[in-house]
Amino acid sequence: MEPFVTHAGRAVPLRRSNVDTDQIIPAEYLKQVSRTGFGKGLFAAWREDPSFVLNQPQYDGATILVAGMDFGTGSSREHAVWALTDYGFRAVIAPRFGDIFRGNSTKAGLLPVILPEATVAALQDAIEADPATEVVVDLDNRVVRAEAAGIKAPFEIDNYTRWRLMEGLDDIGLTLRHADEIAAFERSRPSFLPVTA
Amino acid sequence: MGRTLAEKIWDAHVVRSAEGEPDLLYIDLHLLHEVTSPQAFDGLREAGRKVRRPDLTIATEDHNVPTTGIDGRGMPLTSPTPLYGPDSPFADPVSRTQVETLRKNCAEFGVRLHPMGDAGQGIVHVIGPQLGLTQPGLTIVCGDSHTSTHGALGALAFGIGTSEVEHVLATQTLPQVRPKTMAITVNGELPAGVSAKDLILAIIAKIGTGGGQGYVLEYRGSAIRALPMSGRLTVCNMSIEAGARAGLIAPDDVTFEYLKGRPHAPSGAAWEAALDYWRSLPTDADATFDHEVVIDAATLSPYVTWGTNPGQALPLASSVPDPASFADPGDRAAAERALTYMDLKPGTALRDVAVDTVFVGSCTNGRLEDLRAAASVLEGRRIASSVRMLVVPGSMAVRAQAEAEGLDAVFTAAGAEWRSAGCSMCLGMNPDKLAAGERSASTSNRNFEGRQGKGGRTHLVSPEVAAATAVTGHLAAPADL
Repeated sequence: MEPFVTHAGRAVPLRRSNVDTDQIIPAEYLKQVSRTGFGKGLFAAWREDPSFVLNQPQYDGATILVAGMDFGTGSSREHAVWALTDYGFRAVIAPRFGDIFRGNSTKAGLLPVILPEATVAALQDAIEADPATEVVVDLDNRVVRAEAAGIKAPFEIDNYTRWRLMEGLDDIGLTLRHADEIAAFERSRPSFLPVTA
Repeated sequence: MGRTLAEKIWDAHVVRSAEGEPDLLYIDLHLLHEVTSPQAFDGLREAGRKVRRPDLTIATEDHNVPTTGIDGRGMPLTSPTPLYGPDSPFADPVSRTQVETLRKNCAEFGVRLHPMGDAGQGIVHVIGPQLGLTQPGLTIVCGDSHTSTHGALGALAFGIGTSEVEHVLATQTLPQVRPKTMAITVNGELPAGVSAKDLILAIIAKIGTGGGQGYVLEYRGSAIRALPMSGRLTVCNMSIEAGARAGLIAPDDVTFEYLKGRPHAPSGAAWEAALDYWRSLPTDADATFDHEVVIDAATLSPYVTWGTNPGQALPLASSVPDPASFADPGDRAAAERALTYMDLKPGTALRDVAVDTVFVGSCTNGRLEDLRAAASVLEGRRIASSVRMLVVPGSMAVRAQAEAEGLDAVFTAAGAEWRSAGCSMCLGMNPDKLAAGERSASTSNRNFEGRQGKGGRTHLVSPEVAAATAVTGHLAAPADL
């Protein structure tokens, strides 16, 4: 996983709430067996509309998505995260995320940032007023800054997830440091538990 | 202080707990399907890792599979359906590759697979309980958000992404942050004609699609206790539509009766030992929840969705809402978008909404009891000539049982199509889809834009409402017939 410390870039406002992962990437795009190339399916249905925000040239090259309440609800498809990162996004800012999407993001190097609804709206206003507005997502200091717009918003993220993202650490490698404890736990499991074999 | 059911299961599975870190949780059962597993197996191969516990892992083919073309070929359901050649039902080469990849991965890593063409094949969340693998007190995961279904038997079960699938394959554990707990207490009795599906749609409408985020839901109260296992599975299945990764119902005699004698349920002395454990699981009387929602079952009636998320639901007897009636600007904007997508006008009676497609099936409502409920409405009736109706059993075992009861004859006599098991029209990944502009009454779980096919419009309903709707051609309950 690519480490995430601080990212500065332009942002794109997605003024919609309840953006489910079926919208982020429709099921017909989930059939690939590789982990790459999902960017072409990102918001596939919505991108057919020329006025959709990702089709507006002033937002070309944006790397931060600023979305509405409950982003990434629904299906557990990690392909939604892969589609966003493949398209070029490094962070998504929203007032609230679907639990599974948020977990998947932190496993795949996409930073989900939770900010209050009013701050998200202020960021969207600022980006719309000037699409060149630079937004800095500073994980090290847990703050989002858009200095030109006078926005400096602290955000919360637990220490462990922050550390893992900043180091770009592989969860499996971390867990396997505790292989002895896993083996000990397995020896203590009751014999009535089911097996598939 | 006492503990909740979720807390007891959690505590019993903590391999390692350290200040400032997520708990490392042991996983008792890992379910796989073809869509969210290929990249996880690739990860194992790249790192030179094995599946740590193939004996706690099971796979099935469900999301991509066509639901026609595997029966009627005179072949017994004992061997995998061919992927190539004249006997292959696959028209889409990309779907075929995904299924083929699962078969190769399961063979390489020693994972039990129920392929298409096998009598044990079906939707992953239907076959787990059916086999008796889903048991109280277990931790269960699957790369599918409807894993919450298994909570109906008192298991802590939740959906995960592909990175987590790889993690569980490699370690049989998952680092997880302890969730908060929410009690959803449904007092009283469900009125006649009101099903578990109506109940869960009403719950989601009440707490919202984000209301359960960060929580494990525990469904409690007399109306929950009175539900048969099929209804409990329906309720827990849609916990994720309220934002909760997991939903639970305390194990009781309904649970034990359901499990007894199933292929993977314990027997003999092991059954008694398991029963002791299962009886220790229900939430203690002095336990507290972080949040509680109370619902009076007597106030409920058949529910249908009118919008593009499962929280946008109302009683069938009401009308399409006016977006202006929503106080919250976000809800108002969402309602406006939804009505445009759904091509509905505010004030239209929901009973006047005409559909062209009816789908009975999915991990929400594809069990035998659901098919019986739909068949009892269709018995002696014909579906409207304007309607195409698909009835898709949740597993091949459900299909066989339904045929033994003659339900297939009821469906086909009514003019419906009787299919083989799979996710089918729930999600638009296989040939069963809505075309752009088509409108369905569907017993599945998501009415998202394009969920059942690009441009398709979905109204979520119970099996009873689906069947009545098929007869009249517009949204209807059996009482309307």
